[in-house]
Amino acid sequence: MEIQSCVSILNEWDIVAARQLGRNVAKELGFGTVDQARITTAISELARNIYLYAGEGQLCIDRLNENGKAGLRIIALDKGPGIPDIRKVMEDGFSTSGGLGAGLPGVRRLMDDFNIDSDPGEGTEIRSTKWLR
Amino acid sequence: MNKQETLEEQFSKILQEYINNQSEQALYAAQQFSRTALEKKVPPEEVISLQKSAMQELMPDLSPEVWHSFDILLEVMTAYGFAFREHQSLLATQKELKNEMEIASNVQETLLGTSVPEVDGLEIGALSVPAKQMNGDYYHFVHDGDHSVNIAIADVIGKGIPAALCMSMIKYAMDSLPEYRKDPSAVLESLNRVVEQNVDDSMFITMFYGMYELRSNILHFASAGHEPGFFYRYKDKEFLDLEARGLLLGVDKNAKYKRYEQAVEIGDMVILMSDGVTECRTDEGFIERETLISYINEYIELPPQEIVNKIFRDLERLQHFQLRDDFTIIILKRTK
Repeated sequence: MEIQSCVSILNEWDIVAARQLGRNVAKELGFGTVDQARITTAISELARNIYLYAGEGQLCIDRLNENGKAGLRIIALDKGPGIPDIRKVMEDGFSTSGGLGAGLPGVRRLMDDFNIDSDPGEGTEIRSTKWLR
Repeated sequence: MNKQETLEEQFSKILQEYINNQSEQALYAAQQFSRTALEKKVPPEEVISLQKSAMQELMPDLSPEVWHSFDILLEVMTAYGFAFREHQSLLATQKELKNEMEIASNVQETLLGTSVPEVDGLEIGALSVPAKQMNGDYYHFVHDGDHSVNIAIADVIGKGIPAALCMSMIKYAMDSLPEYRKDPSAVLESLNRVVEQNVDDSMFITMFYGMYELRSNILHFASAGHEPGFFYRYKDKEFLDLEARGLLLGVDKNAKYKRYEQAVEIGDMVILMSDGVTECRTDEGFIERETLISYINEYIELPPQEIVNKIFRDLERLQHFQLRDDFTIIILKRTK
C-alpha cells in the first residue's frame, strides 16, 4: 500500500514545504519527536542537494505498510547532472566538504534503508525509508 | 549504576536529584551517565529527548513555551547527531586503516629484512626506527665469505607509505645486481638508473654504499648525496667526516659516483646514519654534528650495538619522544 505526495523543489522555500510534508506524514504514522527530527533532517539534506546541484526536482513522501509494519519513504528525484562516482559520494568526509551529493552517508545513517540510482546527464533518484518501531 | 535501569530511568533520577539539591554528586552522576551513553553511541538528539521526557514527568505543569523551546534544541542537536554519526563511522574507518598499516609494516619488515653479519674482527651495531609506521630508511648488509662485508644505507626524501614503497623497489633492484656488489660506484650507478626510470620525479633517494675489505681492512665507499658518516680514528681519538660526493639517485641517469677509500685500523669505527639522526629537531633547532659526536663519545667504549641503542634513546628523549623523520644509525668497529 503506498500513498504518495510530492513537493517540487525549485527554491529554498520548497525545502521547508518538503520538511512540513514529511513531518506531517511522520506524525500521522506515529513517529516520535526524535525520529520526526531525523526524518526532516534527512529530507532537508536531500532537498537541499536538489536545490543546490540539480536546480530542480521533486521530493515525495510515501506511506508504507509492509507485513503490518508502517514506514515512511522519502524519494528525491531530479534530472540534474547526476553523480559520476556514487561510491565516492557515499564516503564519509564528503558531507563536510560540500559539493555534489553532500551528506548522503549521513542521510543513510539517519534512516533505515537507503538506495541511490544516478546516471551522469540523466539525473538522480534516491529512496530512503524509515520504519516505525 | 544499576544495569537494569533504562537510560530514561537513570537520567530522570539524576535530574530529580539535581533539581532538589544542586549537588556536585548529581553532576558527577551526569558525567558518569554520559560515559555510558557515549559507549552506547547514543546521539545528542536522544539526550534532548531524555531531558524533555524527564521534565515532563517531574514538572508537568511548565508553560507550553518551555516545551516548544525543546523543538528548536532537538532540531539543532539532530544536526550535531548527524556529525556525531559521521565521526563514529570515521573512527571505524580509521581503525581499519590502522590495522592495514600494521600489516603493511610487518610485510615491509619481512621484505626488507637484513641480518647484521657476524664477522671475525668486526663488530657491527645497527638500528632503524620509523617515524610513522612505515620506514623510508633502509639498510642492508651482505657478507661475502672471507672477502668483504657490504653495507648499504639509504633514505627516501619523504616518509610514510610512498617512501616505504620506493624502498622495497630499491631493495629488489639491489638484489638483482649481484655481479656489481663489490664495487660501490657501479652499484650506485646501476641503482641510479633504476630509480631514474621507475620513480616519480618528485621522489629522491640518498644512499651510501660501502664495501669493507676484510683482508686489507679498507673501506671502499661511494655516496649518492647521503648524509656524510663519521670515521672515528682510535689512535687520535678524533672524529672525521666520511666525506664523499655524488648526486642523489634519480636526478640524472648518467650520474657518476666516485669511489673513495678509508683504511681502518684496530679500534677505528665507521659511523653511518640517515638525516633523521642529524636533523633530529630539538627545542633549540637541529642538533649539530658536533653535538652528535659528543653523544657518541660518551659511549665510545661500549660495543657498537649498545652505542646505537643508547644514542637513539638519548636523541628520542631530546625530541620529547616524537620522531620527525625515520632514524637509522649503523656503527662498524674493527676489533682486531
